Amino acid sequence: MLSKIMGGIIMLLAVLVISVSFQPRVNEDKAVLDERISKEAFLEVYKVLMSPRCMNCHPKGDVPLQGDDSHLHTMGVTRGDDGKGVSAMKCSNCHQATNTPGLNQPPGNPTWHLPPADMKMVFEGKSPRELAAQLKNKDLNGHKTMAQLIEHVSHDKLVLWGWDPGEGRTLPPLQHVEFVRQFKLWVDKGAVLPD
Amino acid sequence: MVKLTINGKEHSVDVRPDTPLLWVLRDHLGLTGTKFGCGMAQCGACTVHLNGEAVRSCVTLVSRAAGQKVTTIEGLSKDNSHPLQRAWLEDDVLQCGYCQSGQIMSAAVLLRDHPNPSDSDIDQAMSGNICRCGTYQRIRNAIHKAAKLQKEGGVK
Repeated sequence: MLSKIMGGIIMLLAVLVISVSFQPRVNEDKAVLDERISKEAFLEVYKVLMSPRCMNCHPKGDVPLQGDDSHLHTMGVTRGDDGKGVSAMKCSNCHQATNTPGLNQPPGNPTWHLPPADMKMVFEGKSPRELAAQLKNKDLNGHKTMAQLIEHVSHDKLVLWGWDPGEGRTLPPLQHVEFVRQFKLWVDKGAVLPD
Repeated sequence: MVKLTINGKEHSVDVRPDTPLLWVLRDHLGLTGTKFGCGMAQCGACTVHLNGEAVRSCVTLVSRAAGQKVTTIEGLSKDNSHPLQRAWLEDDVLQCGYCQSGQIMSAAVLLRDHPNPSDSDIDQAMSGNICRCGTYQRIRNAIHKAAKLQKEGGVK
């Protein structure tokens, strides 16, 4: 009887030891998996952010970019303090609330602008890791929480314009719904910085 | 009918709301000082003021200007006495003249924002107005002169 009890206790201990020893490994596997999923999701997000429809208004200098080849905006257009241009060269002087019909006509949106001079939110020239780090930093991302960033990429009218850019402009490489899905996946799995 | 205020006077025009403001000014109201250049907001010849801002009237639909204040070159002053117009005449800025109403309307916004503009301010503000005759140096000099005239006498 005693030996049976002892045997049971030993079995129980063995199970406990095995469970405890396996637990971290299971967690570690999930963590590794999440990290991989998060990184891969951001690489999909990155493709969109670096497409001309997004990057052209997130230039490294103070001149917006134009076209699928992302050349400097003609006419010497500049950012201005608020991102809406300067004196006689304000964005809305040419860019209307909607796309002007026709090839090479000015695209339009009610809030057409660059990021302001005190928070330029540069995409151009950033590696995936650098851009992901910038997006996570509230001091560099427009003071947004991750939830606000998801809201921004999901519903902001200027973001949505990227998928309705007017004649002659290529679309971002992912559909908007897929872009948002990948963005949420990146965040949900830890918003991990790619290598 | 679209109602809008042009050079201080109210107008009602029977046009489609998607008519470019330029054609309302020129074809419906006879204000031909504003010119058609490229039709795609790239040259500046059609520049007018919409609520004080230098918009390109070739791509600005009249619906955007409905109920708003529009100023054209004809309304910049009552008797061509705006400092820019005086400086333009004194310096004989224009050559063929086609782009100059647009140049002056852009320069007026510049002088509002920068009463004493530097060369850099001028270049930055005026880079969207193209002159095929190449009068850029005279334009720049005249803007400096207009800034002085504005400081001395104000806008008449």
